[in-house]
Formats: sequence, C-alpha cells, structure tokens
Amino acid sequence: MTELAMDPPLTRLRWALADGWSVARRDLIHWIAQPMTIVFGVAFPVVITLAFGYLFGGAVDVPEGAGYFAFLMPGMYGMTMLFGLGATMVAITTDLSRGVTDRFRSMPMAPSAVLIGRAVADLLNSVLVLAGLLACGFAVGWRPDSLGGALGAVALLLLLRFALLWVGMYLGLVTKDPGAVTVIQTLEFPIGFLSNAFVAPATMPGWLGAVSEWNPLSSTVAAARELFGNPGWGGDSWVAQHAVTMAIVWPLAITAVFFVLSVRRYQRLDR
Amino acid sequence: MAAVIAQSLRKAYGKKTALDGFDLEVAEGTVCGLLGPNGAGKTTAVRILTTLLRPDGGRAEVAGFDVAARPRLVRRSIGLVGQHAAVDEVLTGRQNLELFGRLYHLDARAARGRAAELLDAFDLEHPGPVKEYSGGMRRRLDLAAGMILSPPVLFLDEPTTGLDPRSRGEVWKAVRALVATGTTVLLTTQYLEEADQLADRVSVIDAGRVVAEGTPGELKSKLGGDRLDVVVRDAARLAEAAGIVGRAAAGPAEFDEDTRHVSAPVSERVQALTAVLTAFSAAGIEAEDVALRRPTLDEVFLSLTAA
Repeated sequence: MTELAMDPPLTRLRWALADGWSVARRDLIHWIAQPMTIVFGVAFPVVITLAFGYLFGGAVDVPEGAGYFAFLMPGMYGMTMLFGLGATMVAITTDLSRGVTDRFRSMPMAPSAVLIGRAVADLLNSVLVLAGLLACGFAVGWRPDSLGGALGAVALLLLLRFALLWVGMYLGLVTKDPGAVTVIQTLEFPIGFLSNAFVAPATMPGWLGAVSEWNPLSSTVAAARELFGNPGWGGDSWVAQHAVTMAIVWPLAITAVFFVLSVRRYQRLDR
Repeated sequence: MAAVIAQSLRKAYGKKTALDGFDLEVAEGTVCGLLGPNGAGKTTAVRILTTLLRPDGGRAEVAGFDVAARPRLVRRSIGLVGQHAAVDEVLTGRQNLELFGRLYHLDARAARGRAAELLDAFDLEHPGPVKEYSGGMRRRLDLAAGMILSPPVLFLDEPTTGLDPRSRGEVWKAVRALVATGTTVLLTTQYLEEADQLADRVSVIDAGRVVAEGTPGELKSKLGGDRLDVVVRDAARLAEAAGIVGRAAAGPAEFDEDTRHVSAPVSERVQALTAVLTAFSAAGIEAEDVALRRPTLDEVFLSLTAA
C-alpha cells in the first residue's frame, strides 16, 4: 500500500490504461492469427437465428403482423451479449490455469491492467459479433426504424455485455477451472429462454412469466425492440412498461456488484 | 550479500500446512537448488518470494526489498519461470516477448529490440506461433520472457519437469549461460541430477521446512562419506558377499538380488577395498565390478527425508 502512493494518481491511471491496452492487444493479435474464431463467433448466433426464425417462426404469433424475424432479431442480439459471459470466463480461467496470470502478477505492470485488458478485448469482440449479427438481420429482412434509435439500442446491448463482463470475470476468478465454464455455457440458453428473447412471457405459466419479465435480459431486449422500432410483447407489469429505464438500471446494478467482487477477488489471488 | 532471504516463512492452505518455518539464504550471483518431493512446499516458497502469495508468518527479502512491503520493487528485480510455460500459445515467440516487454514498460522500439536480442540469445528464431514449439523451446521462451529486464534474481520453478532429456539439456545450457552473466538463480527441482548439475548450494526441503543445506559435495559427505559398490557374478553367493563387504565396511551392506549389487559405506577406502578383494578370492567369489564412489544425491535425499 505504501508503495502505491509513490506514483501520482494520474501516472498510475496512465499506466493502468497503457498496460490494459497491451493486454487487450494480445486478443486482437489472436483474432488476426486465428480469424476463424471470430468467424465462428459470428456464425454461432447466425445459425441459431436462422434455425429459430425459419423452424419455429411460423409457430409464433407476432403482434402487429410483423414477421418473426422482426421480433426475434433484438432477442438474438441480447442472447449474443449473454453468450459473452462464457467467453469471458474461458479467457480468465485459461490464463489462470496456464500460469499467464501469475506471470502478469509477478511483473511490475499495473495490477488493474489484467482486468481492464480483458474488459476492452471482450467488449471489442462483442462489437464485432454484434455487427456480424446485425448484418445477418438485414439479410433476413429485419430493419430498425431510425439510425438514432438503432444506436441507442446497440448502446444498451453493449451496456448489458459490459455488466456481464464482470460477472464472467468474477465466476472465472472464483472457479479458476476452464472445465467449470461448460456449466455456465449450458445455463446460457435456459437463461435466454426464461426471458422475452424468443417468446412472450405472457404465454408462460404465471410465475415463470414474472421471472422472465424481471430477467435483466428481458429489459435490454424489450428496450432494444422499442428503440429499433420492432414489435414487442408489451406487457402490463411495471418492469415491462419501463424497459429502457431497467435496461440501464439492471446493467449498472450488476456492474456495481460484480465489478467490486471481481476486483477484490483478483486482489486476493495472493491468499 | 544475500539476494534472497526467507525467515521462518509459514503458509497454510486451510488445514494443510505448506510451509512450516522455511528459512533460506541465497548469496548474490550463485545458484541455489531447492530440492524436494512433490508437495514439499517448493512452489509455495517460490510464490511467496515472487509476491504471488502472501505468507501467514515470517518475512522475506528479494534483491534487498521486503516482499510484503515493496512488492513492486521486488517485481522489478525478478524474473519468474513457473511450472507452466506461461506464454501465449497463439502468439509467436517474438510477439510474446514484445508484449511482455511493453508490460515491463519498455517503449515500442526498445521492446522490439529486446525481443530480437532474446530470440537470438535463446535460439528461438521460429516464425510460427508458440503452439508449434517443442517443449524445450517453450521453456526457453519462458526463460527469455523472464529475462527481459535482465533482472538480478531469477526464479525457476521446476524448469525441466516434463521435458525429454534433450530438451532438458537445452534448458540447462540456457540457465548456465544466464548464471555466467552474474544472475542469482533460485531453482526448484525434483531431480537430484539437476541440482547437482546447476546448483552451487542445495537446500533440501521436506514437509515445508529445509532439512539440510550445503554444497552438493557437502550433502553427499553428510551421508557418511564414500561407498563401496561390488557387482557379484553368481547370484547364489550374494548374501555371502554382502557379509564380507559388511565386515570390511563402516556400516551394514545393502544388496539387490536383481542387479547382484552390494553396497556399503566405507571410511578407510583403500583398506576396505583390499580387505574385500582378499576375502572374495579366499572364498572363491567372483566380482564383475568393484568401485569406490561418493553417494548420489538420491541416497542423500532418501536418508534425509525418510525420517
């Protein structure tokens, strides 16, 4: 502690950002060296989108007579943010188990840079994947109403991804085991099904519908539908009526909790 | 002056004690071998000395800095080569060294220059990603990454575990080259041969504390000096031969049926040898091989950690 006071705060911040960027750049080099990982990262939600859209689409009654894709795409954008949870966990646990995190921690770099770098790299990755999926949306006929609304929706989607970053980091730092990631990845779909991403919560049994409406993913997806100008299920509950507000409140609350937990957990790797 | 000092270090993981009053002193510019079986506490000691782990008790100093109070100055003075080759598999060797160089706060040009120097020095010119490297190359890259700032103290945690003999030789060669430049090295190993080959002094660790310390030669003489080894041609007369050797030796003789090998500690080397050979020829026992030798570190180690 005494030592940290040696550098003025601005110098510390500068190194935290510079070192964080060095760590993040490692991921960028990965993408260039292995472009297929990005291609698969985009292909996975695209395949799911096409499967849901063409296989199940006909069975779902979409309000306002719009096609199922108009309803599904914002849901899939939200799901893609959720899939990032597993990706962050994989990166954190792999570095921990291979000793890379230990090497970073034994070096005189800014300690916060390891988490900052992970956050920057994963957020950039999600931007890329989301861009790919937006292109897929255009290809199947999905359209946003306005550019401004679309930008707002994308911002809210990435805000959710930002919140899930810290959840993924915390879970990765706690489990330290790349094998444990499978459990979380298996849970991603049930979490997605328990939201308004694919179907209307109103069609679910009462209590499940309530859980789905309060699912943070539902708020982001409903807000995205609203801002994209796509049809939504509406819903009379307070949380459904305040989707945009909740799409900001939920991620900020999650970030507040899991950012603190992750940083503390990282600092306590020496226990 | 001591480059590494550990005083009564203690660390427990839950109820399991890893270090139980661990003391160590490594003089500047020397190689210290920390020798012990799996679970003896070697890695825990290295993790505390490299600021990765906080001890429950005791204190430690590396390169003159207290590891608890001055972790960043310690980190500036050390290189750590852990049990895993902690490098990025997708990046090339050059990209790895440049990344770590930037994280050591070299500017882009200096990081590039240093990476090129180290690739050359450690014979790592390979254009592809690290996952194409052999095991020995990975460890050498790991070693190179630990040497970016040419730190005065280098920690090598089992640097050759899991390597084939040829790769092990490559790593040894690289370590010797570093030692020649005056780097202080603390090396943990399960291999007695490795400690014997590389270390100026050896500390034997068992159950979280150092049970013996000295030069490899001193440790060997602690076990009662030299040994007389005889290989008997006729297995049927092995017990009889062991009796003869035991009478001439300073302690009881051990023998092994499979190898027809008799071994005993001796104090008066030549006298014992002469007495054994005379008694053998009187009894008509034929020896295939007779040798006087110092005990191996294996024998030292087993006798020190058995109790």
